[in-house]
Amino acid sequence: MNAPNPDMAAQGLNGARERLVVIGNGMAGCRAVEEILARDATRYAITIFGAEPRVNYNRIMLSPVLAGEKAFEDIIINTQEWYDANGITLVSGDAVVSIDRATCTVTSASGRVEAYDRLLIATGSEPFIIPVPGKDLEGVVAFRDLDDVDKMLAAADKGGDAVVIGGGLLGLEAAHGLSLRGMKVTVIHLMPTLMERQLDEAAGFLLKSELERRGQTILTGADTAEIIGEGGKVAGVRLKDGREIAASIVVMAVGIRPSTALAKSAGLTVERGIVVDDHMVTSDPAILSVGECVQHRGTCYGLVAPLWDMCRSLAEGATGGEAPYSGSVTSTKLKVSGIDLFSAGDFSGGEGCEDIVMRDAARGIYKRVVVKDNRLIGAVLYGDTADGSWYFDLLKREEDISDIREALIFGQAFAQGGGALADPNAAVAALSDDAEICGCNGVTKGKVVDTILGGACSLDMVRSQCKASASCGSCTGLVESLLALTLGDEVKSGPKTMCKCTSFSHDDVRRQIVEKELKAIPAVMQALTWKTPDGCASCRPALNYYLLCAWPGEYVDDQKSRFVNERMHANIQKDGTYSVVPRMWGGVTTPNELRAIADAADKYEARLVKVTGGQRIDLFGIKKEDLPAIWADLNAAGMVSGHAYGKSLRTVKTCVGSEWCRFGTQDSTGLGIKTEQMTWGSWMPHKFKIAVSGCPRNCAEATIKDFGVICVDSGYELHVGGNGGIHLRGTDLLCKVETESQALDMCAAFIQLYREQAWYLERTAPWIERVGLDYVKAQLLDDPEAVSRLAARFRYSQQFMQDDPWARRAAGEDAELHQHLAEFRPFPKPRLLENAQ
Amino acid sequence: MIGAPVTGEWIDIGPVTQISPGNARTLPVQGGEEIAIFHTMDNQFYALVNKCPHKHGPLSQGIVHGTVVTCPLHSWNISLKTGEAQGDDKGCVPTIPVRVDAGRIYLLREALVTARAPEKAA
Ligand code: SRM
Ligand SMILES: Cc1cc2nc3c(=O)[nH]c(=O)nc-3n(C[C@H](O)[C@H](O)[C@H](O)COP(=O)(O)OP(=O)(O)OC[C@H]3O[C@@H](n4cnc5c(N)ncnc54)[C@H](O)[C@@H]3O)c2cc1C
Ligand code: SF4
Ligand code: FES
Repeated sequence: MNAPNPDMAAQGLNGARERLVVIGNGMAGCRAVEEILARDATRYAITIFGAEPRVNYNRIMLSPVLAGEKAFEDIIINTQEWYDANGITLVSGDAVVSIDRATCTVTSASGRVEAYDRLLIATGSEPFIIPVPGKDLEGVVAFRDLDDVDKMLAAADKGGDAVVIGGGLLGLEAAHGLSLRGMKVTVIHLMPTLMERQLDEAAGFLLKSELERRGQTILTGADTAEIIGEGGKVAGVRLKDGREIAASIVVMAVGIRPSTALAKSAGLTVERGIVVDDHMVTSDPAILSVGECVQHRGTCYGLVAPLWDMCRSLAEGATGGEAPYSGSVTSTKLKVSGIDLFSAGDFSGGEGCEDIVMRDAARGIYKRVVVKDNRLIGAVLYGDTADGSWYFDLLKREEDISDIREALIFGQAFAQGGGALADPNAAVAALSDDAEICGCNGVTKGKVVDTILGGACSLDMVRSQCKASASCGSCTGLVESLLALTLGDEVKSGPKTMCKCTSFSHDDVRRQIVEKELKAIPAVMQALTWKTPDGCASCRPALNYYLLCAWPGEYVDDQKSRFVNERMHANIQKDGTYSVVPRMWGGVTTPNELRAIADAADKYEARLVKVTGGQRIDLFGIKKEDLPAIWADLNAAGMVSGHAYGKSLRTVKTCVGSEWCRFGTQDSTGLGIKTEQMTWGSWMPHKFKIAVSGCPRNCAEATIKDFGVICVDSGYELHVGGNGGIHLRGTDLLCKVETESQALDMCAAFIQLYREQAWYLERTAPWIERVGLDYVKAQLLDDPEAVSRLAARFRYSQQFMQDDPWARRAAGEDAELHQHLAEFRPFPKPRLLENAQ
Repeated sequence: MIGAPVTGEWIDIGPVTQISPGNARTLPVQGGEEIAIFHTMDNQFYALVNKCPHKHGPLSQGIVHGTVVTCPLHSWNISLKTGEAQGDDKGCVPTIPVRVDAGRIYLLREALVTARAPEKAA
């Protein structure tokens, strides 16, 4: 390579200074110069080219400038006087357009040619613009420099609607600024949670809720199809799902790309960024590079902290010293006033990792630290970030935290309060009797201790006797400590908690979902201080059901919290194929339906066709890829999902009844069909089976069903709580009614009572054993209005449930659940890869 | 698969957006095993042979929580990081190294081709 030997040049020709040319008057370029000057103020004659027509400023403070919290003057780092005093030539508003490594010169847009002995490339990055139609319209801006901020401010002056594409750090700061400036802001984010690279689901959810509370519209899982224009100007954004959002300005904040074009055309080694060594030297020893444009040990950075470290190494190297840069661990904060959020390190958890979670629902706090091998490896804090820097420091120093582990989550003051205090029990012991334990109910430590001494020997007894921890539950840990301190080993464990993720029982959780109007899984986990970040395979499906039941028509079902059968709307088999059972109302079918079933069995190569114990037909061995197609065929013949897979209404078995049978007293077949039509599609705590028999001979086996009807001459005997499964249980007689419509109402009311009160995975038989038949009877029969109220709630919820899931899948919903991602054929050609989509 | 090679040719299997968090999708390998690729709620990606070490249940269909998947057939919990059965259950399914770069998912070719299903547990 024909670059000059920098060491030779360092001797200086005739004692003249070496010429250092810097491309980029931004944060890294100028900091590098400052660091060099601090080490050797006379070594270089420095020229800085800046594409922006201004002095160097603190780019990260553009957010407060946009928000109106700061003026441009406040964020200038180096004034013109600084350049002058240090003999630096600033060429601003003039971008460098080429580098000639043979002659060691750079040329600017205006034609200025500058020779260098050493060149520093600090061109930063460029905003990434998604290549959608309309991206070049007037009013589409990025968020990178002061000019962008000026454009946003001009748009904000006129008011109206703004769309920000991208719900990461930059996008949310832009949205915040624009909304403070009076615009109505919608944030469009591709991923399901905001700032997904920095936050876990729980923190992302809290952030979204807070921004929505402040009036922003946050659309997650939203993919931009097009920016709509009118007369060359932005008018709105169209999403791939067809939704349109009006906007007079669109801010693209979907990411950045290192600005490497100049380096690449000069022939330097460039991968994602300009490749540098540990001294920030590029593949040409005369050329250095620093900032967001570089790639060091495979990593490109997008935050300033690493740049400061890079600049120090660079300056050492450029002034004859040595301080190699070895990469940085980064942390993130969001600069939105009133929202405290911090994230650092790896919080993906898993093998050998322990999550320590603390939630304080009353104060809106979520904290999670991840510990592995007695070291802190990650932290996410929302609502209270005071300890962020302490955690970050522990993380960077890889400090052994075994001594303070118990108290780690409570923060530095607590954990470092010294030996005894690091034990939470000891810390609680040290509290005065007046100290408030339960904020919600104003219960002091003295009161809790008195309650315990008065005989409350379990968490539950404390809750019911003095109300401590009975509301939001965030003081549960403190109450447990007090129990342990006061009673030692005599503490009784309370009623079964839902699972290890919570200290609440099923009933508590259900009650609080309603009382506190919790409408999403992460909201429940936050409000009820879940001990794990995202629950487990046992609580997620339960919560999904409880929410679905509490908020019909409002709650959005969480597919990923459903067991495979309910997610795939078919029963998984031992070989991974599925069985398909179409509904056959009351067990009645037609030649047409049978033909369609037969055709489907042939077409999709069902390996077994079987009549089930529930009076319908099961097709076995269907591949997951074929499910939407077989459902489309069955739908076309008028059949819908039989929910043979669900914690839901299964079948309504009937017998032939009065229409044909010589003993039949009522139209049991007809009533069975009506019952099935009323109840199908309903999600329940467990599966639910119904049968209607035409006389006490009971051919439909109604007395081992969850709800069974025995027709008699004078009307209908209604039976509940039967189970033919693992533990055989005959039904209890609930009551007798005279008309079909009374029977249907009672059925609806009983189901709703069960839906609202049973625990998830508790069938009617064990539920009735637990609460007692008398209780169920009292709920339904004591108050003459009870049945109609419950039945009305059931019918209301059915409006939203009776929507055939097969039809939606057959029409293409959630298609990815049925498709392979791709297929990999390693042979014969190595790189043949076909994408399924 | 502990000790698996982590260098070699990386196969691009498409954008990260194809798998939403908390879900998994499958990649059949001709002449090899079907691979399950998981996206956790914390936006990490993992890949395992899509066969539970117990009785070969399709792990891609399980519920994902933390970095564990619960097998849909008999609820064994399998670590996405190591493929190891958790708790009292014994067994391990091979993992395939995954890399995410610039929004795309890459799998290590060598591991894709050589990974074999575990023996079914007795
Ligand atoms: C297909 C069918 C057997 C048959 O070929 O007839 C069947 C098949 C299964 N039953 Fe059943 N049950 C079937 C009628 C019954 C009946 C008879 C009835 O409904 O009249 C019973 C006893 C009555 C009862 O439920 O009280 C019955 C009691 C069970 C139980 C025990 C439930 C209990 O409360 O103890 C289970 C296990 C469970 O649900 O947890 C079960 C679970 C199962 C599962 C879903 C096992 C599973 O979780 O994968 C089987 C799915 C096979 C498959 O891959 O499709 N199956 N199962 C019947 C489908 C009826 C339908 O059309 O929907
Ligand atoms: C709105 C906003 C908020 C941010 N908030 C934070 C935060 O809170 N925390 C954090 O750590 N980071 C934050 N960042 C990121 C941080 O600003 C960057 O990491 C940092 O500015 C990168 O420094 P740099 O010198 O590499 O690039 P820049 O600061 O962008 O400097 C590069 C300069 O080079 C100029 N240039 C490019 N090409 C040429 C050329 N050919 N000729 C001449 N000049 C050229 C550019 O015009 C630019 O002025 C934020 C960024 C933005 C935009
Ligand atoms: S009785 Fe047992 S084996 Fe038969 S279908 Fe029901 S669950 Fe399966
Ligand atoms: S096959 Fe996975 S648990 Fe049985």
